[in-house]
Amino acid sequence: MASLSQSSYRIDGATGAWEVVIGLEVHAQIASRAKLFSGAATAFGAEPNAQVSLVDAAMPGMLPVPNKECIRQAVRTGLAVDAPINRVSRFDRKNYFYADLPQGYQISQLYHPLVGEGHIEISLDDKRAGADSEPAVKRIGIERIHVEQDAGKLMHDQHPTMSYVDLNRSGVALMEIVSRPDMRSPAEAGAYLRKLRAILRYVGSCDGNMEEGSMRADVNVSVRKPGQPFGTRTETKNVNSVRFVMAAIEHEANRQVDVLEAGGSIVQETRLFDPDSGTTRSMRSKEDAHDYRYFPDPDLLPLVLDEAFIGECRESLPELPDAKRHRYETALGLTAYAAGVLTAEVETARWFEALAGASAAAQGRSLAEVARQAANWLLSDLFGALAKAGRTLDNSPVSPVAGAELLALVAKGTISNTIAKQVLEKMIESGEGAAAIVTREGLTQTSDTGAIEAAVAAVLAAHAEKVDQYRAGKEALFGFFVGQTMKAMQGKANPQLVNELLKQALG
Amino acid sequence: MSDLTELGVTAIRDGVAAGDFSAREVAQAFNAAIAAAQPALNAFITPTPDHALAAAERIDADRAAGRPLGRLAGVPIGMKDLFCTQGVRTTAASHILGHFVPPYESTVSGRLWDAGAGMLGKLNLDEFAMGSSNETSAFGKVISPWRRGHNQDPAPIAPGGSSGGSSAAVAARLCPAATGTDTGGSIRQPAAFTGIAGIKPGYGRCSRWGIVAFASSLDQAGAMARDVRDCAVLLEAMAGHDPKDATSLDAPVPGWTAALDADLSGCTIGIPREYRMDGMDAEVAKSWELGIAWLKDAGARVIDISLPHTHYALPAYYIIAPAEASSNLARYDGVRYGLRDLPEGAGLQDMYAATRAAGFGAEVRRRIMIGTYVLSAGFYDAYFTRAQKLRTLIARDFTQAFASCDAILAPTTPTAAFALGEKSDDPLAMYLNDVFSVPASLAGLPAMSVPAGLNGEGLPLGLQVIGRPLDEQGVLNAALAIEQRAGFVARPARWWA
Repeated sequence: MASLSQSSYRIDGATGAWEVVIGLEVHAQIASRAKLFSGAATAFGAEPNAQVSLVDAAMPGMLPVPNKECIRQAVRTGLAVDAPINRVSRFDRKNYFYADLPQGYQISQLYHPLVGEGHIEISLDDKRAGADSEPAVKRIGIERIHVEQDAGKLMHDQHPTMSYVDLNRSGVALMEIVSRPDMRSPAEAGAYLRKLRAILRYVGSCDGNMEEGSMRADVNVSVRKPGQPFGTRTETKNVNSVRFVMAAIEHEANRQVDVLEAGGSIVQETRLFDPDSGTTRSMRSKEDAHDYRYFPDPDLLPLVLDEAFIGECRESLPELPDAKRHRYETALGLTAYAAGVLTAEVETARWFEALAGASAAAQGRSLAEVARQAANWLLSDLFGALAKAGRTLDNSPVSPVAGAELLALVAKGTISNTIAKQVLEKMIESGEGAAAIVTREGLTQTSDTGAIEAAVAAVLAAHAEKVDQYRAGKEALFGFFVGQTMKAMQGKANPQLVNELLKQALG
Repeated sequence: MSDLTELGVTAIRDGVAAGDFSAREVAQAFNAAIAAAQPALNAFITPTPDHALAAAERIDADRAAGRPLGRLAGVPIGMKDLFCTQGVRTTAASHILGHFVPPYESTVSGRLWDAGAGMLGKLNLDEFAMGSSNETSAFGKVISPWRRGHNQDPAPIAPGGSSGGSSAAVAARLCPAATGTDTGGSIRQPAAFTGIAGIKPGYGRCSRWGIVAFASSLDQAGAMARDVRDCAVLLEAMAGHDPKDATSLDAPVPGWTAALDADLSGCTIGIPREYRMDGMDAEVAKSWELGIAWLKDAGARVIDISLPHTHYALPAYYIIAPAEASSNLARYDGVRYGLRDLPEGAGLQDMYAATRAAGFGAEVRRRIMIGTYVLSAGFYDAYFTRAQKLRTLIARDFTQAFASCDAILAPTTPTAAFALGEKSDDPLAMYLNDVFSVPASLAGLPAMSVPAGLNGEGLPLGLQVIGRPLDEQGVLNAALAIEQRAGFVARPARWWA
């Protein structure tokens, strides 16, 4: 039904193809030890109501005071998506009653947000692994970023007739990152979310942990015939994984097409996503929508930022994924694919840079000279071996320095790539260093010409008919002879010597 | 010994320091006066005689041990029941907080205790400080110690509001001074009605932390006492920057008391022509003329000024204050503290409705509804946005006026105190009482009411001095000049006990 390539995603209805228009409002919890307007702690998983100050519980006479660290992180995030920082912004109250909202209003920024219009770039060819060409890039606009308070949470399973309230999250700082309706497929929305998450994690302004609720998305979806004006949208609230966002869009877009093709019209409404069924259902329509009675919070003065503060925020930004990816390709000579994968997560990039740095030191060569070896080993050997051991880079028993030691042994010719794979598996099992394993197990590669010649002779003798075929022009068999010789040498033969001696012997 | 309840703040502090009497004797004298007056005046919601005695005993011990004494050492005061006091019930005169005991102390009350003051009790007020007569309290009306007909007419008189417990208690010598809060006149109007002095400092001078909020952009704590000097002493102890209040003024507190000076030579006082309204009470107009003469006598030059948007101050105020209140009072929802009315089988919405219907009185409900209305979609621009623009224009009026004068003199209220019940069925007539006090509130300026004399019925009239931003000193000095010339010695006859 749907194709995966850029912007050509269509829903084929009875009346023709429909285009899907998607905008995302992402709520990202600001990484800060303290809440937005109180000094209370924010750690995940604390006992209910263990992290609640008098302000968070909205006791009489309590007042909010902005937490500068939260503002700083939001400013850094704005700078990272190339957006202007508003020197003057304001906090507004969004008024509504709910038991998880102690003040009876959420402090947010409606009229004058902290961050203006920015954008991020997404790549759309993640599936085309290994392609060396530039990936297809699409720019997704960001309309604004503002900061606001999170609400608490209701617990409905503690008592037969009553609900309990946990205010630990009440007052926690969120950034609301509002995209333009620039996405046209579930895949684009997924790529946008992943890229946004990567940027937030690079910047350090949000841990991006969707399972713990640190990132959630409100998904705005509408459909239209290509070239027509925007259709009426629905908003699916609080979707908490990339996969669910994509599923919600898929379902919601198809539902809207069905409604429209049956002669109905789309109601502007708020919907909920049910992860179990993969469907969305109506929560409330526009007619029932709250009148939030936004007005400037009189407890808070306008937030005025000076150039020095914004300058400090800018200075503190790390190299961001796009810049890093570009550098990996141009300065380190990596393929677009390798650069893309290595920079997709800040942890991977950090690991890679530590590995490349240690390799350069261990081999006495420049970064550019060792980068490809390091990248290839990391992406194929290490990721594969870790996956086999049920581990990830986060809890890898092999450190970048230990990896560099292994790579240096390969580079010096002490061991072959084949042996290196075995050594890596042993490193992961035991946590031992590469050199120690190689020495103890006698895995050092042999360059003993006599031994290799003997093995070559034995292999050729054992496969006389293949030798004839080779000599008759079936050159692809060369690899077979290399493999057989290496096998006879238990993998320890110097592969270059094996090649040379085989070529001589096969004449 | 003479009656210690006759003494004011400065006299008590000096007498305690000199050993003329003990702080404990002072506290006992006021505790007794309160106990005797409470049935008739109802000035207190919660008397706290033990708090006053304990504070006094600490001061007496400090003095005996030769330890330094604070600027309010041995002075027992009344605390408006809008200030949260740790371990002492704080009601805001509302049923919804009828049993609320805060586990924390407001910044202002904490500063007063640190200065050596003790608390005689929590003073009655209009519910959530919404009112001008103290008739909206869920804990009963406060009766003014003043009576018409030169104390002969027994009809109960309003002590003003919202700080009506404070004004009645100070006027009746139940405490030498009291805290108040002023959103649109809630210190100045009751001070004028009861023949005492009361100052609302500039917005931000006193921390709002721990004061039950009414309208955040207007609320400001201040001091009420029998004379200008005592107000200055009390306010000095209350004011100061507080990092827990983002709107708190980050400026040092001047030594107002030490700099009191009634010589107004070189000082220009502005008389706003827009305050001369049609049908102004003749006696009020006369007291204003007297005030002008006294200020001239003190050396001031007096000029006419114009505050052209004065006419819009009251409507703007009665949009902005209810708007903020409607949001500020949303937290009283029965979920975490305070009253909860949970009818059998009720859901969350039912609980909100039942709790708030049972917890809030009529005036509070009225203002919540007005505030909700003016903030609602479709009406916001017509009401709230326009009111905010008017507020800016009103503030600009003052800025322009202060280009040619140093302070402004006006009546505090359009009339003397009215009888209880006289306006309680007519909210608009009640709101009109704030007509002279609201502009300074909207502009965040320091302003003070000082007694000017009695009207023909023997009820006090007050004059109001409005000062430049940060110039509480100028306000206090002009008020002192009036006080010295008014020679106001009248006091209510002690009919209540």
